[in-house]
Amino acid sequence: MMEIAYYPGCTSEGTGKEYAQSAVSVCTALGIDLTEVEDWNCCGGMSAYKVDSILGLALPARNLARAQKAGMDVLVACAACYNRLRWAEYTLRRGRKKAGMIEELVGFTFDKKITVVSLLEVLSRRVDQHELETRVKRPLTGLRVACYYGCLLVRPPRVTRFDDPENPMILDNLMTRLGAEVRPWSYKTECCGAVHSVTNPRLAEALVTRLLQMAREAGAEALVTACPLCQTNLEMGRPGRAGGPPCFYFTELMGLAFELPDTLSWLGKHWIEPVSLLRRLSLVG
Amino acid sequence: MRVLTDQGPVEMDLGFLAEVKAKCLQPIERCYQCQKCTSGCYLSEYFDYMPNQMVRLVQFGLREQALRSVTIWLCSACQTCTVRCPNGINIPEVMDALKEMAVAARLPVPDNAVFHRLFVDDIRRRGRVNETLLLARYKVKTHRLLTDLKEGVTMLRRGKLPLMFSHVKQRGEVRRIFRRLDAAKRRDAR
Repeated sequence: MMEIAYYPGCTSEGTGKEYAQSAVSVCTALGIDLTEVEDWNCCGGMSAYKVDSILGLALPARNLARAQKAGMDVLVACAACYNRLRWAEYTLRRGRKKAGMIEELVGFTFDKKITVVSLLEVLSRRVDQHELETRVKRPLTGLRVACYYGCLLVRPPRVTRFDDPENPMILDNLMTRLGAEVRPWSYKTECCGAVHSVTNPRLAEALVTRLLQMAREAGAEALVTACPLCQTNLEMGRPGRAGGPPCFYFTELMGLAFELPDTLSWLGKHWIEPVSLLRRLSLVG
Repeated sequence: MRVLTDQGPVEMDLGFLAEVKAKCLQPIERCYQCQKCTSGCYLSEYFDYMPNQMVRLVQFGLREQALRSVTIWLCSACQTCTVRCPNGINIPEVMDALKEMAVAARLPVPDNAVFHRLFVDDIRRRGRVNETLLLARYKVKTHRLLTDLKEGVTMLRRGKLPLMFSHVKQRGEVRRIFRRLDAAKRRDAR
């Protein structure tokens, strides 16, 4: 049993609901004991640091203060929240001028005993991979996927300390373990447009269109992601709200492979209907 | 001293570089214009000034051009340039400093700035962001209320737009962060 603090983030109550639900279910199935960060607050998203750089560090730091009190590392599923919490931790660990400003604003001293980890990292590095493989009841045979990491997990590497920023493999390897056919492609870490999908939809559509086209050229029938913002953009940000390949959260595919009972309810929340593809491949009954 | 630009000779603002540096703490003067940032930028085709040109504008003290550029608002902070910069400059953080300065100088700002402001207001109020409320407020503010209604209804039906207003219990703690920050800014302004 692994005990860890869990930071859900605001999208867990909205656009990323199925990601949060599947993340918690997969962790439970693998014996990871999640304790929600008590009274967590918004990490500031992709907005607070653009309004004020110190605010964009102090907001996530308050959550670190709470986790420190509980004495537990913080697991984050959302790539955006992960990035912001890591920025706060990185800044506090460096202990320069900004660190003092953040600590003063939040009213705590960071003792450097806890750290922020991404869900993908925990499931790939802290969980016994042999045991994970034995959990696979329904291998994802025949499912050709392109793994899309986006920006926030990998960059900048000194802050996110995640994987190779140009060609990350964590998600690819995890999907291979589930039995999926992972297609190599070179657009893994390109930008999906982030919040431009709201403020400059035409611009975000151009980026999304290119990503989908490249995934298709690579021979993928679906994309896999670890970020609610990327997932929403990749499915809803297509010109004219067009159809095409679905975009899964990696935890949903883990749920499918582990035959977790709620998998279909998560998939039912998608903008692009993914079940017919899975039915064609006989991956759902 | 003046710099020759596309708009003719412009007086260099010699304090500008130091001001931007004080805000973002980036080694802007190190840039030798290798243009690696620009060649790898996914969004540069929409920019008025390329990422390397933005750094140059700051180095040369071209305050007006830098603060009025659309680039600072279109950069998505994907950090690709940061990873590749041989001089360790985090250009998105330079852009963030310029955004803050443009807002402080009361220059006209695009809808992105409205969105970010509303996002932060939501946090100040409840400590968390409610996506339904945020998107609705944004659409009212930017006169787009009637767009994406169909999508909104579908999302609501699938339970993907929150109707509950979840908030932080210790809202005072979050507000204290804002209050202290505002006080620090007033001190700096004096």
